[in-house]
Amino acid sequence: MNTALIQQIIDGLAALMLLVSFSLLAQHRMLSVLHWFAVQGWLLAITSAFVAYGTGHHELYVSAAMTLLLKGLLLPWLLWRVIKRLHVHREVEPLVNLTLTMLIALGITLFSFHIIQPIEKISQLLTRDSMAIATACVLLGMLMMITRRKAITQVVGFLAVENALFFAAIGSTNGMPLVVEIGIAFDVLIAALIFGLFFFQIRTTFDSLEVDAMHASLVEREEEE
Amino acid sequence: MILALGACIAALLAAVGGGFLRGSLQRTALCLLLGVSGLLAIVAGMAGLLENPATLTLPLGLPWLPMHVRIDALASFFLLVIGALLTPVAVYSQGYLRHERRLAAMGVFLPLFVLGMFGVVLADDAFSFMLFWELMSVSSYFLVTFEHEQPENRKAGFIYLLMAHLAGLLILGSFAVLYAAGGSFEFVSMRNAELTPFWASVAFLLAALGFGTKAGVAPMHGWLPDAHPVAPSNVSALMSGIMLKVAIFGFVRLAWDLIGTANFQWWWGVLVLAAGSSSAVFGVLFALQQHDLKRLLAYHSIENVGIILIGLGLSMLLAHFGHPLLAALGLIAGLYHTINHALFKGLLFMGAGAVLHASGTRDMESMGGLIHRMPATSLFFLVASISISALPPFNGFVSEWLTFQTALMAPQLGAALLTAIVPFSAAMLALAGALAAACFVKVFGVVFLGHARSEAVAGAREVDGWMKLGMAIPALCCLLLGLLPVLFVPLMDAIPRALLDVSLAGHVHAHGWLWLSPVDVSRASYSAPVALAGMLAIGGLAFWWLHPKGTTVRRGPIWSCGTPNLNARMQYNATSFSQPLRRIFGGVLQPDEHVHMEYPAHKLLTKKVRHVLHVADPAVRHLHRPIGDFVLNLARIVQQEHQRGIHAYLAWTFATVLLLLAVFA
Repeated sequence: MNTALIQQIIDGLAALMLLVSFSLLAQHRMLSVLHWFAVQGWLLAITSAFVAYGTGHHELYVSAAMTLLLKGLLLPWLLWRVIKRLHVHREVEPLVNLTLTMLIALGITLFSFHIIQPIEKISQLLTRDSMAIATACVLLGMLMMITRRKAITQVVGFLAVENALFFAAIGSTNGMPLVVEIGIAFDVLIAALIFGLFFFQIRTTFDSLEVDAMHASLVEREEEE
Repeated sequence: MILALGACIAALLAAVGGGFLRGSLQRTALCLLLGVSGLLAIVAGMAGLLENPATLTLPLGLPWLPMHVRIDALASFFLLVIGALLTPVAVYSQGYLRHERRLAAMGVFLPLFVLGMFGVVLADDAFSFMLFWELMSVSSYFLVTFEHEQPENRKAGFIYLLMAHLAGLLILGSFAVLYAAGGSFEFVSMRNAELTPFWASVAFLLAALGFGTKAGVAPMHGWLPDAHPVAPSNVSALMSGIMLKVAIFGFVRLAWDLIGTANFQWWWGVLVLAAGSSSAVFGVLFALQQHDLKRLLAYHSIENVGIILIGLGLSMLLAHFGHPLLAALGLIAGLYHTINHALFKGLLFMGAGAVLHASGTRDMESMGGLIHRMPATSLFFLVASISISALPPFNGFVSEWLTFQTALMAPQLGAALLTAIVPFSAAMLALAGALAAACFVKVFGVVFLGHARSEAVAGAREVDGWMKLGMAIPALCCLLLGLLPVLFVPLMDAIPRALLDVSLAGHVHAHGWLWLSPVDVSRASYSAPVALAGMLAIGGLAFWWLHPKGTTVRRGPIWSCGTPNLNARMQYNATSFSQPLRRIFGGVLQPDEHVHMEYPAHKLLTKKVRHVLHVADPAVRHLHRPIGDFVLNLARIVQQEHQRGIHAYLAWTFATVLLLLAVFA
């Protein structure tokens, strides 16, 4: 396959990535959020495999495999288990309604394309067009953390930010050194495990996984003191 | 130079001695070393005024920024001012601190405070200037809160610390502008820096606001009437007498020396003149309404700083319009008043301290008749009162007279608006002088004359020899500076020579050594010895005429208009003395005055009268408090934002990221 085709494919995958970020934001149900999160992991793995093929950096295959295992399978499964165990309410419960969130997301995407323009002009990389999308995905992940009420959706938002950063790393520098990547992968895994532990702890302490409930309970406690 | 450093080292030793020794040895070591430090400062100041500037780089400070010290005419003069008051205060403290149990805080911070003032005066780079400036501010905070058991002392201390830091921040801003222009922290490069008119104005405004806050110029004086009364009296004497002067020094150093007279703009002088005139009148008007002796003196400090600024402002105007000789006269007038105020205000605070020491109260309404119990203190207090009221033959008259002489030159300015402003400000100065005289008639009359209004005051005893000696020295200096300005003005001549390149020395003596003729022999001359001789002659004649030989003074009971049971509370007191002026200036003072009468049967049968009077400081009410409320409200909003949940935090982070991307990407 020639370079132009590879670039087309990578651009196409990047567009899909953005689409998935939007659909993460648009979900009503907890389980479908997890599904789309898994899809994002898969897309990331496929993108990194294509970049490995297109640039000839073979260690990227390893990172693609790790991404697939970790972000495509393990993390979604862990989160799914938490939801099952804790009997989390199946609704997403947004703070800002979905339509408004989507409009804000649209604005943020346009904004990211606008600010990345000067960088795209000077870049020579195969993957340069994906930079704007990666930035947009980072910001959308943050938006998800802000506009959702439940702690689990916030964790998903955090992990989505991490995915987007990984995507940006592939896009801007043809991937990080393998050692760094393995390190980050384990960090994310550990973070997910710690989050899981926290969920149990938070539930037993506050009787709820809603962030506002924790806050309210803390304020009450302060007032009692 | 060596002497000046010796003064600093003596102050440092005093801090060590005051901190580590105990008992009466501690007090003696502290006072002795401070006295030595003051004497060295006087000698160094005298020598510095007569010799050429000397610089020295000390192996102290930051590795890449050693401390630069320089002793020039301006620094020497202020060393002299500090020394002239520090020495008598050290003597006075030996007696004043006798009954003080816990001296450690005073022993450490008083010498550090003095050291800070020496350092500010000697500094030759912005870093050491600010370092010593902050040393002075912070150690004086601990002195203000020396009696920290009372909550109002802590509150006054907090406001003082706040304002001192605000002032420090503004001064730092001014130095930052000069640093950007000169490229170095050393004053040499700041002096030679090229400033555009805009940046020169910015530096000037920051310096004026910063030093003005510290000097207690209205309307930034809110801290001063609270902080000065609560400090121990020997500290109040130093704070009011010298610390405010160090702020004046900083202003002169920054505006005249570093920014340079060539950069002056006409409105700077007008601004300083306006601030000075309003401070002078405002300070004295509010002083008149006080019945706390030390608080009253604190308001007089505002007035006198205003008078100093009038001299300096006139000088700035004249320098801008190309009359360096007259500008030098204004500068001399301002600085002459600086040393005068240091002496008589220090003396007044020491006198107030002696009264407080003897009677245990600061409230004038419970004093009276102290002239019989404390004759020496009342004599010294009278000298200071005459000086501050600007009456000949004492020193206050000389400096205010010089200021008036400068103001009378206003027609030479050329601009019509300015020729109108300057006489107005001279009129304000005259008003302030008259009101100050009224105020000190009130103080002396209520505190020292009449009958004692309380048991404690009736049992007051004269203070000990140390305190008397401490007050005698500045009283003598007041007289000498009033009698011999002809000798002192040429000594100060080095300052205008350095700052304005003109010398007054030739003009001062134009009419012979006896007469001070600042501008021109044909315009005005003043000879204190002749005036004193005239006054003594007239006074002697009057005495001789009223008390011819052979008659004796006859004393009888007070005529009471037939009312039985006279008591001491029926005397004319401080509040009643100031009542007419309170009525006249009601628009400015806005007194909160109520009279409650109780008459059970008929209006003529009054049983009880209660008079409630409260005069609030409008600067505090209309400027300080709104600003304080605004800051507190802002803090409350931020605090509420802090209390909100994790989503709010995330949203703020998000907004910040977006903003940074939008701005920098």
